[in-house]
Amino acid sequence: MYDFKALYEAKSVDEAVRLRRGHPGARIIAGGSDVLIRIRNGKWAGAELISIHGIDALRGVKLEDDGTIRIGPLTSFSHLASDPVIGTHIPVLAEAANQVGSPQIRNIGTIGGNICNGSPAADTPPTLFVLDAQVELTGTEGARRVPVRDFYIRAGVVDLKPDELLTAVLVPGEAYRGYTGHYIKYAMREALDISVVSCSVNVKLTEDKKRIENVRAAFGAVGPVPLRTPGAEAAARGGETTERTVKAFASAVLGEISPWSDWRTSKAFREHIAEELAARALIRSIELGGGGIHA
Amino acid sequence: MYVGKPVKRVDAFDKVTGRARFTDDLCDKSAYIARIVHSTIAHGKVVSFDLAEARKVKGVVKILTCFDLREKHYFGTPGHPYVLDPAQRDVEDRLVLTDTVRFWGDDIAAVVAENEVAAEQALRLIKVQYEEYPFVLDVQEAMKDGAPQLHAAFPNNILEHTGIREGDYAKAITEPGLIKVEGWYETPTMQHCHIENHICYAEMKQNRIHLVSSTQVPHVVRRVVGQALGIDWGRIRVVKPYIGGGFGNKQDILYEPLCAWLCMQVGGHLVKLDVPREETFVCNRVRHGFRGHIISWVRPDGTFAARKLEAFSDQGAYASHGHAICAVEMAAFRQTYPCENVEIDGWTVFTNKPVAGAMRGYGVPQIMWALESHTDEIAAALGQDPIAFRRRNLMPLGYYDMFGHRKLAADSYNQCLSKAMEAIGYDRKREMYRHQTGNIRRGTGAAVFWFDTGTWPFLLETSSCRMAMNQDGSMQLQLGETEIGQGADTVFSQMAADTVGVPIEKVHIVSAQDTDVAPFGTGAYGSRQTYSAGHSIRKTGLQLKQKILEKAEKLLQISSADLNIVDGEIIHIADGAVLMDLGTLVKEVQYSRSGSCHLTAESTAHITAAPYTLGCTVAEVEVDIALCKVRLLNIVNCHDAGVLINPALAEAQVHGGMSMGIGYGLSEKLVFDEKTGRPVNNNLLDYKLSTFMDHPSLRAEFVENREVTGPFGAKGLGEPPVASVAPAIGNAVYCATGVRLKKLPMDPPNLYQAFCEAGLICDERRVDA
Repeated sequence: MYDFKALYEAKSVDEAVRLRRGHPGARIIAGGSDVLIRIRNGKWAGAELISIHGIDALRGVKLEDDGTIRIGPLTSFSHLASDPVIGTHIPVLAEAANQVGSPQIRNIGTIGGNICNGSPAADTPPTLFVLDAQVELTGTEGARRVPVRDFYIRAGVVDLKPDELLTAVLVPGEAYRGYTGHYIKYAMREALDISVVSCSVNVKLTEDKKRIENVRAAFGAVGPVPLRTPGAEAAARGGETTERTVKAFASAVLGEISPWSDWRTSKAFREHIAEELAARALIRSIELGGGGIHA
Repeated sequence: MYVGKPVKRVDAFDKVTGRARFTDDLCDKSAYIARIVHSTIAHGKVVSFDLAEARKVKGVVKILTCFDLREKHYFGTPGHPYVLDPAQRDVEDRLVLTDTVRFWGDDIAAVVAENEVAAEQALRLIKVQYEEYPFVLDVQEAMKDGAPQLHAAFPNNILEHTGIREGDYAKAITEPGLIKVEGWYETPTMQHCHIENHICYAEMKQNRIHLVSSTQVPHVVRRVVGQALGIDWGRIRVVKPYIGGGFGNKQDILYEPLCAWLCMQVGGHLVKLDVPREETFVCNRVRHGFRGHIISWVRPDGTFAARKLEAFSDQGAYASHGHAICAVEMAAFRQTYPCENVEIDGWTVFTNKPVAGAMRGYGVPQIMWALESHTDEIAAALGQDPIAFRRRNLMPLGYYDMFGHRKLAADSYNQCLSKAMEAIGYDRKREMYRHQTGNIRRGTGAAVFWFDTGTWPFLLETSSCRMAMNQDGSMQLQLGETEIGQGADTVFSQMAADTVGVPIEKVHIVSAQDTDVAPFGTGAYGSRQTYSAGHSIRKTGLQLKQKILEKAEKLLQISSADLNIVDGEIIHIADGAVLMDLGTLVKEVQYSRSGSCHLTAESTAHITAAPYTLGCTVAEVEVDIALCKVRLLNIVNCHDAGVLINPALAEAQVHGGMSMGIGYGLSEKLVFDEKTGRPVNNNLLDYKLSTFMDHPSLRAEFVENREVTGPFGAKGLGEPPVASVAPAIGNAVYCATGVRLKKLPMDPPNLYQAFCEAGLICDERRVDA
């Protein structure tokens, strides 16, 4: 039995926006895998809920003419993981979606919730960060687009205005064409877990596969929000695909992340793992791009 | 014959189709919902409550606090048989609600409401004022002079200290040429995590309390509820339906007394108390955390000169099973590797933490982590093969235990080790993994376990059984021993079918125990169900069979000595001819106009034996050193549990125990905030129970040496499968990396610390706390 005050079910984006305006304190519920937990643990007990679960227009993945991949925020992790457009163009996002929780959670949880929840440890954001994804936010005044990197304000807080709804996640063509990427989730067990550290890297190799033309890296759970590591990217950009480049890249990461110590584990451990994941994700991305690591 | 065959579970179809009813399914929807107010300090006194806001919540029926408890009846919670000698009874230190808070989560008040939402809302609005005391979380800190004291009757928080002295330890260690091996070992507080949380409901009918509870020990619940409420035991009726696991947590009397008391405070109205998972972790029972110090003095030839153990068992805030767990640890240490000169001390100590009780293995998983890690260290110090060292020193065939009056009648250890090693290719892999470099390394390791089943001679061992014939030749079978998911009802049915001589489909087991009608039994614990119930099933079955054959003698005019019952029919032994089917016989007897008789039998078996059950685990791991991760590649357990009544269920039982052992070894620990004493990971996300993805394929092997004291050659199997898994994994990690883990679990943070200290990783960087 869940303690909520009211449930408003929106059938369209317009209706959802109207409901947002009419019920300023209400919470948006999509899959419910985060919201219901907070109601149960008392944090959001007695909340008003606006369900967007029924807005089918917000579900599914489309490849637009200009190469942009448009992901509906209500797309579940399991649909994302098996979607042919994602599988063909950005398989690394499917990999990330497949590592969320458990099959049951992947069936109900959505990519929109994964972002709007604002968690630094969510599985899809690091990959969306390295794909230079944008989020489309629709409100009374119409739609605006914001890079997902700027959408995160602080832990648990995203730049969603009181009347707004996340209506799309957009991955531009130039961000994935020619790139290969790899995502590593590091958790204390192999399923049903949240990242201790996560890392997504993608690379574009030169034609001869000997150099890194471009590289992007992002981390989860090592700061209040997911974060890119531009310094590390710069350290590897233009570099040869060698152990030395990998090492320079991985150690540069340490200056750009801010993990913490808590009961789960120590800052030193998180740093150690972040460095190790950075190296492994870069190596794997290079291998996927047809390159190899040389001494 | 059914014994020895993989008969399908009698409850399989009901359970997989969802027809089986559990406590919550049975509770009427009109029930009031009870929720407990738990203390948010670790040690202190409740000064007052402010209930004004909470009482205003619509749907709240009544809020009861520790100050409403007019009569204070202290009670003990372990699901043990009653002990006639008051001096030998379990410590009685609990009240249904307490104003003295001894751990974060102690039960100080309760809300009774019309529905869950109202109960929850009221809970959040209750304000409590405390007088706070300092608290102590560490078992050795708690023993120090000046440490916060939990119970006035137990100075230095020591619930009990016992020692064992054999030979002359001090003299023995002066022998020249001895090698000393010493180590400290630690295991964490953990929880059972049975799938069905503890739940019970109570209502009053005809001035009696009717309780339905998810318990392993219904008859003990009846007695303890009587004690806790100060009312006659006969005024309490307890029903135990199907339960979703217990693993020892539900061998304690948990919230049945509180639920019954709340019911009485609201005029006998039906009250349901369903414990949320978060509270199950904190306010039910946990596995005792353990710290052990072992010193071994060994000769270069691989024999022991002297052995010493200091064991510290973390009892948490109340006595529950108390020192019994520590005593088992001490016995296991002493007997697994017998030695002439032994010095053993064990302390069970109160701390301001959740109450430790029974959990699958009852101390043996703790001591085996210490002992079997240590045994590998001895072998390494001597430069000997760890298995060869074990074989030389393990409890030998013919070993006699003076206290339990039992003799080891089979060479179980050697047989199990050989079988498990062969299953995993131990020798070949050990050789293969000898010289590894690089980040990914593999290893194999072995560990044995010692376990004594049942509770004799410490406690009463008794089992009662009732059988009644039906007109179609089928029979009802009733026992006080309980089905808790382990498959007891199925093996009971198999043993009954064989004893009486009926097809198993004709044995109708009454799964639920209702203390108003079920025969007396003490319930499921100590890996005793098959063994103990076997005795009463055999005794009762033979009585019933004799009665049937006597009736057959009259009806058929053939001496009962010449008759037998086979497959539900009376046969003539001489030629095997079928003379009459049981259905016809029962009808003739039951409706006889000259001497009608209901064919029933009932008896109690008083049991005065408790066999050892021994075995081992062999594991193979792959360690990713830089990622501080252990991946389990292969694992095999081998057990000597005597004759297997049902090999398929035995295998399932071993798989389940191995799975718990994997979590114990690699990931599970309940963590407490040092500043407040609050548990921080009391949920199934943060408490890392292992998942299927963390398991390799599990392999169970058996050697079947017939148990001479057992009615069907069988002995206990329920608990031991968990016991040797963690040390086998630890020894495999040592084989792979050369790093010895002393503290469980072998999870990434602990591996990180161990690998850093060993210089395998983080050579330049600090190791922070």
